[in-house]
Amino acid sequence: MRSQIEGSRAIAETVARCRPQVVPAYPITPQTHIVEAVGAMVKDGRLEGCEFITVESEFAAMSAAIGASAAGARTYTATASQGLLYMTEALFNAAGLGLPIVMTVANRAIGAPINIWNDQSDAMSQRDCGWIQLYAEDNQAAVGLHAIAFRLAERLSVPVMVCVDGFVLTHAFEPVELPEQSTVDSFLPPFRPRQLLTPYDPVTIGAMVGPEAFTEVRYLAHHQMMRAIDEFGVLAGAYARATGYELSAVSGYHVEDARTVVVALGSVAGTIKDTVDEAASPVGVVTLGLYRPFPAAEVRRMLAGADHVIVVERAFAPGMGGIVSADVRAALASLPGRPARISTVVAGLGGRAVTKASISRMLADAHTGKLGELSFLDLRNDVVERELATGRSR
Amino acid sequence: MFEIRIHGRGGQGAVTAAELLSVAAFLDGREAQAFPSFGSERMGAPVASFCRISEEPIRVREPVTTPDAVIVIDATLLHHVDVFGGLSPDGYVLINSARGLIDLGLSELTERHPVGNVIALGATDLARKHIGRPLPNICLLGAFAALTGTITLASLEAAVRDRFRADIAEANVNAARAAYEAVGMVSHA
Repeated sequence: MRSQIEGSRAIAETVARCRPQVVPAYPITPQTHIVEAVGAMVKDGRLEGCEFITVESEFAAMSAAIGASAAGARTYTATASQGLLYMTEALFNAAGLGLPIVMTVANRAIGAPINIWNDQSDAMSQRDCGWIQLYAEDNQAAVGLHAIAFRLAERLSVPVMVCVDGFVLTHAFEPVELPEQSTVDSFLPPFRPRQLLTPYDPVTIGAMVGPEAFTEVRYLAHHQMMRAIDEFGVLAGAYARATGYELSAVSGYHVEDARTVVVALGSVAGTIKDTVDEAASPVGVVTLGLYRPFPAAEVRRMLAGADHVIVVERAFAPGMGGIVSADVRAALASLPGRPARISTVVAGLGGRAVTKASISRMLADAHTGKLGELSFLDLRNDVVERELATGRSR
Repeated sequence: MFEIRIHGRGGQGAVTAAELLSVAAFLDGREAQAFPSFGSERMGAPVASFCRISEEPIRVREPVTTPDAVIVIDATLLHHVDVFGGLSPDGYVLINSARGLIDLGLSELTERHPVGNVIALGATDLARKHIGRPLPNICLLGAFAALTGTITLASLEAAVRDRFRADIAEANVNAARAAYEAVGMVSHA
């Protein structure tokens, strides 16, 4: 049954149905509604057998999550922005230890300057921390991705980040169908840890590894993570059969007859799809639901017919440009023939609205050959030119 | 697609109003989306919230810039914020004020729109009477239902009852009904 609920509520309800046993969490905008709702469900007994640990920081949240997961508990937390950065050291440890923690990232910009609004700089900054990264296009997808995340994490012993655009999705009321408890129970069996940290059978985890084996550890971690591409497909298929809701690592929208294709991650895809529906010439849209590991073969297949690929990025690598664009470019490099032109369009930083009008202008520029290798959507040229003229940016 | 923009100040329930509108529309069998103007969470600061109602699933996520209806919870915003920006020529305007439209300086706006589409209602007084507190947001939604016919009063009542504790819900339902009737009488006069 569908209901009209807030994204954060939909996520919290789904997480509860996945029966986490430990939730250490620290609040930060725009993630707060999620952990508040999970905490309330623990307190009122709806979320049975779960310990909610209020901690003093995000670093403590992830550290407690590592301990809980190592001790065999299904473990969940959520954060955003500076909170995710504060976790960084522990994030790498969770991945290195192969602990299947699931975490929602309510995507938000990173300071300075301080900004509480949505972009994807936070998750992108942790691209290489060894966690699987999933991105939700809408709240229905966020629900499904969370259920899949627990199964995927536990099947592979790799932690999973579910990235949900802060405010745009977390604070949006829209129709969502939550999976029944029985459906989630059949889809997600109880957590059986690969290795258990217990006083009754002591082991050491995370011991020092020297030059003789560190490379092999990293190789094996990469190998394990790459399995997530196929595994995600298998689990998404099972989830679709159980619930009727399809999720894809890479999904294409009108890509078949399009020479120009826009690539995007997250909630901006909806606005882009509405815009291309009204475009003068056919434009396709490719949405990445799975970003790490990078589903290069599927991206290549989707973009094989495109002459011009426009990657709309909600984050930015200063000194280089597009982050996702670099992955897309690498994926397309092995295609035969003349390579497709790739344009990076940095959009919606720090909560600037990505509008249909802006996307239309971007597509018009692409059509007339005016869209360069790197541009910033709706950049206020008067402001930057004035600043450059005064020399304050030297 | 019918798009609504609500203007208020932090703490006046503009975000809750948009959410309840979306729930009421959903209960009426439509697709709906509500969201705040992201992050404006300071008491007293101008805030806006948005609601879209459609027969089709809604994918677009941009703020509402060309509304079919504008609700102004706090009339002191009229001269500080471009509350009518992008408003459709045949759109609706609902202002919370006990003063008349001419007194509010809105005679030109009223003349530009179809007869009866622009109204002012003293919702804060109605809220004080029925709720005992000056919280006009849900009361205004009752008026909105009567003004536009976009949502039914029954669904609005169900949305309010689903959201709040029974006694608070009942008081707000009464306020919304009173506003619905008041606007109904105006538009049928």
